[in-house]
Amino acid sequence: MTELTDLTLKAAVDGLRAKAFSSTELTGAFVGAIEKARALNAYVLEAPQTALAMAAASDARIAAGEGGPLEGVPLGIKDLFCTEGVRTTAGSKILGNFKPTYESTVTANLWRDGAVMLGKLNMDEFAMGSSNESSAFGPVTNPWRSRGSNQALTPGGSSGGSAAAVAARLCLGATATDTGGSIRQPAAFTGTVGIKPTYGRCSRWGIVAFASSLDQAGPIARTVEDAALLLTSMCGHDPKDSTSLNVETPDFASFVGRSVKGLRVGVPREYRADGMPAEIDSLWEQGVAWLKDAGCEVVEVSLPHTKYALPAYYIIAPAEASSNLARYDGMRYGLRAEDARSLVDVYEQTRAEGFGAEVKRRILIGTYVLSAGYYDAYYLKAQKVRRRITDDFVQAFERVDALLTPTAPSAAFGLGENATDPVAMYLNDIFTVTVNLAGLPGLSLPAGLDAAGLPLGLQLIGRPLDEGTLFSLAGALERAAGFEARPTAWWSAEPR
Amino acid sequence: MTEANKLIEGRTGPWEIVLGLEVHAQVASRSKLFSGAAVGFGAGPNEQVSLVDAAMPGMLPVINGYCVEQAVRTGLGIGAQINAWSRFDRKNYFYPDLPQGYQISQFAHPIVGEGVIEVERDDGSTFSVGIERLHLEQDAGKSIHDLDPDWTYVDLNRAGTALMEIVSKPDMRSSEEAAAYVKKLRTILRYLGTCDGDMEKGNLRADVNVSVRRPGAELGTRCEIKNVNSYRFIQQAIEYEARRQIEIIEDGGVIKQETRLFDPGKGETRSMRSKEEAHDYRYFPDPDLLPLELDPAWIKAIEAALPELPDAKRARLQAQYGLSAYDARVLATDIARADFFERAAEGRDAKLVANWTTNGLMSRLAEDGLDIESSPISAADIASLVKLIEDEVISSKIARVVFDHMWAGEGDPAAIVEARGLVQVTDTGAIEVVIDAIIAANPDKAAAVKDRPQALGWFVGQVMRETGGKASPGAVNDLLKAKLGVS
Repeated sequence: MTELTDLTLKAAVDGLRAKAFSSTELTGAFVGAIEKARALNAYVLEAPQTALAMAAASDARIAAGEGGPLEGVPLGIKDLFCTEGVRTTAGSKILGNFKPTYESTVTANLWRDGAVMLGKLNMDEFAMGSSNESSAFGPVTNPWRSRGSNQALTPGGSSGGSAAAVAARLCLGATATDTGGSIRQPAAFTGTVGIKPTYGRCSRWGIVAFASSLDQAGPIARTVEDAALLLTSMCGHDPKDSTSLNVETPDFASFVGRSVKGLRVGVPREYRADGMPAEIDSLWEQGVAWLKDAGCEVVEVSLPHTKYALPAYYIIAPAEASSNLARYDGMRYGLRAEDARSLVDVYEQTRAEGFGAEVKRRILIGTYVLSAGYYDAYYLKAQKVRRRITDDFVQAFERVDALLTPTAPSAAFGLGENATDPVAMYLNDIFTVTVNLAGLPGLSLPAGLDAAGLPLGLQLIGRPLDEGTLFSLAGALERAAGFEARPTAWWSAEPR
Repeated sequence: MTEANKLIEGRTGPWEIVLGLEVHAQVASRSKLFSGAAVGFGAGPNEQVSLVDAAMPGMLPVINGYCVEQAVRTGLGIGAQINAWSRFDRKNYFYPDLPQGYQISQFAHPIVGEGVIEVERDDGSTFSVGIERLHLEQDAGKSIHDLDPDWTYVDLNRAGTALMEIVSKPDMRSSEEAAAYVKKLRTILRYLGTCDGDMEKGNLRADVNVSVRRPGAELGTRCEIKNVNSYRFIQQAIEYEARRQIEIIEDGGVIKQETRLFDPGKGETRSMRSKEEAHDYRYFPDPDLLPLELDPAWIKAIEAALPELPDAKRARLQAQYGLSAYDARVLATDIARADFFERAAEGRDAKLVANWTTNGLMSRLAEDGLDIESSPISAADIASLVKLIEDEVISSKIARVVFDHMWAGEGDPAAIVEARGLVQVTDTGAIEVVIDAIIAANPDKAAAVKDRPQALGWFVGQVMRETGGKASPGAVNDLLKAKLGVS
């Protein structure tokens, strides 16, 4: 029999329901795997006791013939989600040992459906980063290595812990969040599937805010179907979030495996980035071919304002962040500077000690672009660009049902490689930020390996609330790609 | 009041004061603007604080529809434009009593636009004050600096409470006008029930913008006096501030735009922060909230359900009850007074009721610092009292005695009259006996009355004294005239 940790989430759900194994056994297997994989630094908090208690409760429900659609399924939770009574840090020192007295709506939905929490996953500080290197807990190491190399690679970011944990079989699936690509880029770097749903599908209540108008939760999983199962559970209208959409959540998994024959898929010509590795370009071509084989009509489309997306994103996101992070002031919770002698000292020292360099950089950028005299030139201009980018998509979707692009302009790069050049780091988001700016659903799935044996991802972008079509197309691509590669477990060590 | 005597005389000639007010009115709502937390006076420190109010990570604001409705009602009540599309912005600054690090307010697109309020001066003349805008915003918490020498304590009960900021145009020219404007605004708010207007609790407070100029000249540089919370303080602060500015200019100085605080103890204003030190609030649309879009039909329905407002009420009281302009104004100033009057006046002599309500009851309430809601005398009791006068059961004079007993809490005036034997003597036989005795005892005076009819009053006084004031004045007059031969 395969190891329990190798099961897909779907297979695990079926096995649990058939009582082929218990959630306690399944969860125990993951607890063990997590202990052996500390070299990856994927978990910032392991919660084996909570996990096993939840598993036992699930087993009881299963035995009683009850239980939800995810009953007994062990998951990892990005440390941006507030979890009741369980330390939540957002990857930052400034939250200290903050233990929320409340549970985020998304995680509460998962527990309602029977899922089990294994622990909290590492991430870039306040979800700001594309490499997981801005985490106060240190970077996550990608389970994947280039063929014949021991160089530590980034799992991407900001949901690096989520992606690495899924790729290394340290959970059946993980929650993640995506403000500019933080689900899709790490998924691409780790050979996993990640989807950022339409803005407003998932409640933001109880998720530590980065940039409110862009933040969306979504899952990272090993298969398209697994991602669909998780997303179905995570979504739903929440009156506590004013931007939550009051719409029904479809059974997303039911779209996986549907025929895509006759669907029109657009290929945006502006997504051919200069200096992009030829392998990514050819994988994109391959994706087009697979879709054609599946009966899709593929056409070229234009998204003319694409080149302005990254600058607009790096104005809007920091602007919102500079305001959202003002609450970390040392007054009510989290870190508070010890030696401060005045109110201003408390603020300055607490925030100087508590925030890392990337977070400080973005607070400064955001404060600057909102300042009197600069607001119109930066923030307002960026909002206009955002409108244009949205209009680009609206026009494209008059002609096509979905778009196909690469997820990221490269495969996973080495830890430290882009650490000194923020702009080089920001360029990682070039294919993903447009989707956040327009509030659209975007999905990344593994489509192949580069010459060094590292996974590459393709991105599908859909109309608002049309995640279903994305799941159908992703299912077709997944079948065609037959992506079976997995990283060797070089990290596995007996726990110390 | 003429334009000229609103001017202030300086050493170098006359000056005109220009005043604009920003009134903060707490919305009379049981819960806060963006959280479900309760609003109330008298709770223990930090007992009315939700996760949202404390700005815990991941918490989000959700607009309180009731507060929106009250803002719309207020806008309609001041005859202002209601904006069907408005938006919330964040005003960013750091302070311990502002947990989020920003106040949610409406900067660029307020829910209510321009309007006009007619204001009465004490002499009954009126003037108009333009309303620039009304917007909804959150209140901050309270920093308490005097509990401990080394520490500041923060109470977040008030944090997140809904305020309506009502911004006037610079249309006032004297401290009296400013006070009259706030009074009128308060009256309207209380009519609408959108704010209780309790200034002592800080539920209604004003920021006063003061500048001075030569009559007819360009506007001068203004100073803003923050958070003044009584009519008296508003007037004192303006008087002091205008004098201060005039002195500076007359000494050859210039006014620096700044924010100032009024110290009620010393009766003076002092600098809080200069324009250079002013915060850059970095306003931007709050991305946690959707724009507020109001259905025009909903606005119309609110408008249709508005209560009668002070100006209309005053006009109606005059027309319907034949009251004097003065009585109508005094009664219409407060909806509780007007209601009291109308309840008491039903089926009664309305002028008499108005008189007993204003001169009788309200004077007594004012002496004891009470408002009409806490009056020990009910409208029904005033009506009964007036009915006793109408029916000549008691005289007006006796009515004052009865009123004193009513004030003391003895209840129904008819019962008081009965129990204390205060019934007016209308039995002419009994009165005749008294009159005859007095005439007999004062033959000289009786003879003189024929030539000096004014002297009849002396006899009336004697009769009333003898009867303990209970004799019907009409009957006494008639009998005396007949007996003394006065026509």
